[in-house]
This record gives sequence, C-alpha cells and structure tokens, in this order.
Amino acid sequence: MEKPLNNRAWLLVAPVFLIVAFSAIVPIMTVVNYSVQDTFGNNQFFWNGLGWFQELLDPTTELGGRFFDALWRNLLFSAIILAIEVPLGILVALSMPREGWKVAATLVVMALPLLIPWNVVGTIWQVFARADIGLAGWAINALGIDYNYTGDSLAAWITIVVMDVWHWTSLVALLCYAGLKSIPDAYYQAARIDGASRWAVFTTIQLPKMKRVLLIAVLLRFMDSFMIYTEPFVLTGGGPGNATTFLSIDLVKLALGQFDLGKAAAMSLVYNLIVLALCWVFYTVMTNTGAERQQGETPA
Amino acid sequence: MASITLDGLAHAYRPDPRGPQDYALKEINHVWRQGGAYALLGPSGCGKTTLLNIISGLVVPTRGKILFDGRDVTRLPTEARNIAQVFQFPVVYDTMTVRENLAFPLKNRHMPREAIARRVEEIASRLDMSSVLDRKASNLTADAKQKISLGRGLVREDVAAILFDEPLTVIDPHLKWQLRSTLKELHRALDLTMIYVTHDQTEALTFADTVVVMHDGAVVQTGTPEELFERPAHTFVGHFIGSPGMNVLPAAVEGRTAHVGGVAIGLTRAYPALPAGEKIELGVRPEFATLAPAGTGVPVKVQRVDDIGRARIARIEIGGQPAAALMPEGLSLHGDEAGLTLDPRQIHIYAGGVLVNGEGAL
Repeated sequence: MEKPLNNRAWLLVAPVFLIVAFSAIVPIMTVVNYSVQDTFGNNQFFWNGLGWFQELLDPTTELGGRFFDALWRNLLFSAIILAIEVPLGILVALSMPREGWKVAATLVVMALPLLIPWNVVGTIWQVFARADIGLAGWAINALGIDYNYTGDSLAAWITIVVMDVWHWTSLVALLCYAGLKSIPDAYYQAARIDGASRWAVFTTIQLPKMKRVLLIAVLLRFMDSFMIYTEPFVLTGGGPGNATTFLSIDLVKLALGQFDLGKAAAMSLVYNLIVLALCWVFYTVMTNTGAERQQGETPA
Repeated sequence: MASITLDGLAHAYRPDPRGPQDYALKEINHVWRQGGAYALLGPSGCGKTTLLNIISGLVVPTRGKILFDGRDVTRLPTEARNIAQVFQFPVVYDTMTVRENLAFPLKNRHMPREAIARRVEEIASRLDMSSVLDRKASNLTADAKQKISLGRGLVREDVAAILFDEPLTVIDPHLKWQLRSTLKELHRALDLTMIYVTHDQTEALTFADTVVVMHDGAVVQTGTPEELFERPAHTFVGHFIGSPGMNVLPAAVEGRTAHVGGVAIGLTRAYPALPAGEKIELGVRPEFATLAPAGTGVPVKVQRVDDIGRARIARIEIGGQPAAALMPEGLSLHGDEAGLTLDPRQIHIYAGGVLVNGEGAL
C-alpha cells in the first residue's frame, strides 16, 4: 500500500513543537548557554568552555565542595524521610478502617496536610517550632530539653524531617490503602485457613500486593524530597550555617544570591541529569515488575 | 476424620434480625457424613456460600450449633478447625514457589522440616504437580493455581473436610472436566468429606453422591442425583434440575384425576388430604412426557420443536398452559394438534410448591 504523503501534517504537529520549544527547549538551551560562560553583570558574557563543569565535579574546589556537600545532605535527607515515611505510611494504612463512616472521616483527615500550600506548611512549622512563642518549641524547652532550630543544626534537621513526615506520610498511607483495598477477601480467608500469623499475612499477602503502589510512593517521595525547596527555605532558609542547604536551595543561593549565573547553570544541568537518571532507574524497575506481573497473570 | 452436624443453624447478616426475610440462611439441620461427596446446589444468593463460610468458621452463625464428631466448634476460629477451603478465584501466595505454597499451612503449624518436605512431595505427585514444584506459583495457569489451593488443604493430614466454593468458575471449559475427575479420584483415594458449592447442576450431579438443593436460604431437598430427578420434593428442584426443567402446571385434583385447564390427566394415586387454600400444581418432567399422533393420550397443541442435540423437545400447550415434551424419532405432525402420553408414575402433585405423597398402590 502506498503511504499517503501530505505536508499539511506538519501544520497539525506545529502547535506541539511550539509549546515544547518554549516550555522546555528554549529555557534549557538558555541554561546550557549560561553554563559555558561567565558574567560580571552588565549583560557582559565571557566564554569559559567546560570550566564550570570541571570545577563543579571536582570536590576539592570551592564550587565542587559546596555542590557535593549539598548533594550528600540532600541524599541523606531523602534516605531519612523514606526510611520513616514508607514504614509509617504502611502502618497507618494497615490500621485505617475498612468500612463504615470512619473511612470517609479518615480519608479527609489524611488528605488535609496534602492540601496545604507548601510555603504555608513551612510557615506553620516555623511558628509552631519556635523556642520562644511556638507551641511545640516552647513545650520541648519547658520539658528541659534545649531545643532551638535556628541555632542548632541537629534541631533544624529534626524539625525539617518531622515537618516532611507530617506533610507527606499521608500520601504514602493513602497509596498503600488503595493497594490494600484491592486485595480480595478470599486471600485473607485462605490465610486464616492455612493458619498464617498476622506477620505472615503481612509478608505473604499484603506486602506483595502493595509492591506496585509502594514503588510509586517511593518514587514520588524520593523525587519530591530530592527537589525539596519551599518548606526548608521558609523554615530555616538553609541554616543554621549551611546545615539544611539542600541542592535546590544552594542553587538559588548561587544563581540569585551571588548572581553566579554560569556556575548556577552548570550546577542546575548536573542536578537535572541526576534527577533524570534516577527517574529512569525507577521507571525501569517499575516497568520490569509490571512485566513480571503480566506474565504471571493468567486469562480468566 | 469427622462427621459434621448442623444443628438448628441460621444466620442473618443484620445484627438485629426481625422476620424470616432478614435471614440469609434459614434454620438448617443436616449431617454431613464422614467421607461423603456432597454438592450444595442453588442459584446465586441462596445462602450456599454463607453456609460454607459458617462450616469453615469464617462466619459465626446467628443461631444454632456446628458439631464436628459431636464436638461443638461453633465459636472456634477457622485455624483451629480441621477444615480446608478452595475459593472461587484461585488464591496462591504470589511470592512463593509451588513447593513453598504447599508447605505454607504446615510451616504455620510448626511441623518438622523433613516431614513437611515428604508430605509436600506426596501431595504434589497426587496432583500431578511434581514437575512444577519449583516454579513461581504466580506464573501458572488458573487451573494449576486452583490445584495449589486444593493442595494446601490436602497437605494437612488432620483435614477432615474440604470445602469448595464454586472452584471451577475461572477454569477453561475443557479443563473443568479434567479437574473435576481429579477431585473425584482424590475423594476416593483419601476418604475425605468434600462439600462442593455450585450453581451448575451438571457439576453438582456429576461430582456428588448427595446433592443438597438450596433455595432462598433454606434447604429444599437432599438426595442422590436420581432422587432429585425422579422425585423433586419441591417445584423449585423440578425447575432448577434438568434441562429443560420440570413442567409445573396449575391443576385441580379430584380422586385419581387431575384437571389442567379443562384437560383430564389420570393419576396412579389419590390425594384426599390436599391442604385447602394452597396452590395445587402437577409436575411432570419432559423426559416422561412423549408426544404422540393426535387422538392418543392427552390432547395438546404444539408450538415449536427445538433440537437440543441429544433429543428434540417440543414446546406445547396443555389446556392453555405452556409445557415441554419429548418429540420421538419418526413422529410427523400434521398441523398443531397432537397427543401426549405421560408416564403416570412420574406425575407428581405439589401443594404450595411442596411434594404431596398420594395414597394408593403404584
């Protein structure tokens, strides 16, 4: 069969090309353009080749040092909140009611933190945790524990982690709950007949059936925490010192605080590549487990 | 090994049942003999699954008792009863191999490892699954998964009864026969009580020695397949079993004659004690009603003839009432007039849906 050739087809895809060009390609190319130049303001640019990238990836330089510090800090933060939010989310999902009016009530309460704008979350916790007038901060100090997140890095970290757990555990719990609800009753009944303990039911039925939603939850939470900006920016502004300066906070400091556009551009490109690479890893893992499932599925 | 006695069992899903309409299961008294093959037959929503879940202990009945060999187990949890159950949809533990699936109930009961291995091998060979023992259970076909569910019941040596809740629903038709004969073989070999819930009469009649027919939360008849066919105790059984079902015609009985819309049909028995005020019906299976040339037997009108493969079934009218009858080979009809010869011993009289025993010699 002859393929119909019609150049008008280009017209039909043109809007997409335009949108993608202005929303993605042009901005990215601008950043690429900055990343190979240096500027001292006044709209004067000087060619610098791959200099910024070499400096960035070398931890012994000033730029590389702060980049890797922020990167490790960010990875540590992601690891901590995943280690807390995933098990906690599962636990919450397991103890959520299955039927009756309590379901709706629980779901609404669980969804509340997810609906609050991020900088409001930051503000809430900034006030809540203040040692002088904040309810939590004051109470902790009243208990005799010296707590001040503006001066003590550990306190700042704990406050940010607790804030993130408060903000996002619901998401993990809701996803897990959806996974749990999809398990037919027969599985639980069979497990009872087989004499399975509560723990065995969890490891042999609930966890495997939740695997896919859990992967999605881990992906969402990892990406979100790896790109976190608003809440810690509002709460600690990256301090005390640089203790809570995560990658995106550092990026903004570099680009808008110091106006080092070239360095910041190089850093944002590398940051972007890391995010893309991690996305790809997650995507591959997810589609692989999906394929495994498909194979296992039998025609009914 | 146990016989299972249901003593005055009834169940309502509402916490405050008022009238009989609130009961999913009306009062049932029944004994399941040790080693019997039973089928629990009835349409969807008649309470079969509820009854099954009560026996296995997944549901605690509102009233009545369940006894295993005389021991009251009504409030005993499932895992403490020696019962296994196979569900409508295959339940396998996805992350485990077939071997681990079969070993799971024994592992949970802390049996020594060598004993588990021996028992699993033995049951796997009985189920013809030795070759797939080390494969992931989730990668098998639906019928293999159903065999695993069954195997998890069989590995337990203490199991007295295996309950099947429409286990062939998701199995391909050509494999249904195979799986059912596997079940029959196992039943013969292992001296187990098997209770098989289904809404498919072929499955029930081919599997079971005793069929329990349920309708609207109550047992309407218990009997062998032959009894259900030849002497349905309730018009529902007549309808439900047989294809096409029994002809049930409103009738008036007088002495040894029944009148169906002005047509007289001779009976072998008399029914002097028919309750007044109940609806009286005459039941006869199409298999015992044969068409004949016009002028012989009862006059009927033929509407159409269906070829159902093993026989031809004529749709007829007796005294204005629709019915079905056998169309014998070689009979040719002229117009829609025909006669009907009935086997008089196979004519039953029902009052309010319930079989009435007549008086008088056969």
